[in-house]
Amino acid sequence: MPDGAEPVLDVRGLKTVFKTRGGEIHAVNSVSFHLRPGEMLGVVGESGSGKSVTMMSLIGLLPSPPAEVRGGEVLLGGRDLLKLAPRELQAVRGAKVGFVFQDPMTSLNPVFSVGNQIMEPLIKHMGMTKRQAEDRAAELLALVGIPDARKRLKSYPHQFSGGMRQRVMIAIALACDPDVLIADEPTTALDVTIQAQIIELVKELRQKLGMAIVWITHDLGVIAGIADRVMVMYGGQVVEQAPVRELFANPQHPYTRALLKTVPSLTGERAARLEVIQGQPPILSGAPVACPFRARCAHAHDRCEAENPQRRAIDGLPVGQGHDVACHWSPEVRHG
Amino acid sequence: MADGGSPGALRKPLVSVRGLKMHFPIYAGILRRKVGAVKAVDGVSFDILEGETLGLVGESGCGKSTVGRALLRLYEPTAGQVVIGGEDIASLPPDALRRKRPMMQMVFQDPQASLNPRMTVAAIIGEPLDEHTDWDEDKKTARVYELMDQVGLNRRFANRYPHEFSGGQRQRIGIARALALNPRFIVCDEPIAALDVSIQAQVVNLLEDLQDRLGLTYLFISHDLSMVRHIADRVAVMYLGQIAELSPREALYARPLHPYARALLSAVPEADPTLEATRQRIILKGDVPSPANPPKGCNFCTRCPQVMAVCRDVEPELAEVEPGRFVACHLMAMDTAGGHASPGAEVREHNQQGEVK
Repeated sequence: MPDGAEPVLDVRGLKTVFKTRGGEIHAVNSVSFHLRPGEMLGVVGESGSGKSVTMMSLIGLLPSPPAEVRGGEVLLGGRDLLKLAPRELQAVRGAKVGFVFQDPMTSLNPVFSVGNQIMEPLIKHMGMTKRQAEDRAAELLALVGIPDARKRLKSYPHQFSGGMRQRVMIAIALACDPDVLIADEPTTALDVTIQAQIIELVKELRQKLGMAIVWITHDLGVIAGIADRVMVMYGGQVVEQAPVRELFANPQHPYTRALLKTVPSLTGERAARLEVIQGQPPILSGAPVACPFRARCAHAHDRCEAENPQRRAIDGLPVGQGHDVACHWSPEVRHG
Repeated sequence: MADGGSPGALRKPLVSVRGLKMHFPIYAGILRRKVGAVKAVDGVSFDILEGETLGLVGESGCGKSTVGRALLRLYEPTAGQVVIGGEDIASLPPDALRRKRPMMQMVFQDPQASLNPRMTVAAIIGEPLDEHTDWDEDKKTARVYELMDQVGLNRRFANRYPHEFSGGQRQRIGIARALALNPRFIVCDEPIAALDVSIQAQVVNLLEDLQDRLGLTYLFISHDLSMVRHIADRVAVMYLGQIAELSPREALYARPLHPYARALLSAVPEADPTLEATRQRIILKGDVPSPANPPKGCNFCTRCPQVMAVCRDVEPELAEVEPGRFVACHLMAMDTAGGHASPGAEVREHNQQGEVK
């Protein structure tokens, strides 16, 4: 995939540390990625892999202290978001970057009507009058497939079901026509049939509106169905990145390979026994000097302990453009 | 574990549920008068064979966990029979029920909430022994160690507290506790839902090993259809308090018969981009109706893509439509009447009626 257009979002070497009484937790370690206009990037990882913290860091949503963004650049439309004053950043959030969180119950304010909550960014960021905002809010609700949109503006979050609430969240995130939509596990709290509705909706909206999307999930199945490119995170780092079909067909990192095998298939051959990744995810205290996966890796050798592997391309394209992996071992060259 | 295809004609049912109902009353007004009931489980019947795993799947609020709890009489069922090992649990007096408890146990969803944070691991695993045996301390300790070995917990951790363990290890503690009294039947209520993908496989493999070694019978409640396909021999699909379909695992996943089972399976994303690109999804419209006020007739009639006039009027019975396959749907009756057309073929014309309200 040659890059035709300038990326809308370009993250370089992002580092985030949490200061705790027990020392520093290196939650995000030199994470780099970019997003082209209209592209859907899937981010996969387990809890604690740093996927949510990465996204929260880039738009300054983490409370500091304990969080501290230690370095890196986040370029959105040519500006480095990490260098913006809080007020300037606030203008970016909501207007340029929309965010959809996992739990639609706790991310909506229960004491305001949903109309009120959709209108807020419109009035704040777009300078609309109340009247204009109300019209636009009704349009947005209709856009995300809520029937009887104008009437529903007066309803409160508790009057909606989980799936409907997530639709409202999406409407708020899309209110100001953002260039980038970040969806953090948007369907994890929902049932599968409702998840299917939301995925269908996001696909449709993306076609209609053309924004770039980052979709964070731990569900490889969801990723397979929606993403153009996938970034796999482990222990606060990007361990592998590739176009979606390439990643599933030709996984390189031992973690990705193991992860794909631990998920039982719905239709394919039924394994007599599930493949297991032994051990536990790492605790990210101390600076990352070794490979975070080494303790659970079947291919670990001395070098993995001594040196944290850098991302390297496996297809000749620049890192981040094609298929890259951060691992000393590779399936072709078996050493160690 | 049984070979999935055959429902084990030779084996006897260990658990036999007939017409189980669990209604939770709704009280309202100043006088707290009963104004209705949430029909969480509304007439459910099934058998679980000795040594088998029955998967119970469905979406949140369908009543699957309530079935599990009512089975072990953690709730007092409103109506119905639950025969486990020859005795009707639903009607046993308290003393007899207590003597019966050791043979039926439960593993809960949230290992954080189901372990007392002030008790050590040894005390948690040993508590059933305190309650149901008169063993001395040495014998109990020996048993606790044996259980920790069985579930893959290091004995050295016996005096630690639950917060010192990870989610997967905590679930192992919960499993060890369930095994303490040598049960024959275990209800696993979403035992892996709170765990990370890489840890889920560890726990599922452990449950399978224990089943092989100890001849356990499981009711495996889950919303993860891929995992249920892996672990279960037969699968019951629940919708709004009732069983829509109960079939052997391979038959269900290869060719679901109930329209809800079909929609549910088609909605599960598969970790294969090539397959996902070509897959036809049945997207259900709307939400699940309230169990306090289920629709008349078939409870799926408000969302069914193949709904017919009869569905809004008459409640379909769960009937055996093929050997070992039970389906509650009026389409099945039509199929048998009109020869064996593949379900869904001649009913496409109803497709547009799935809209709610």
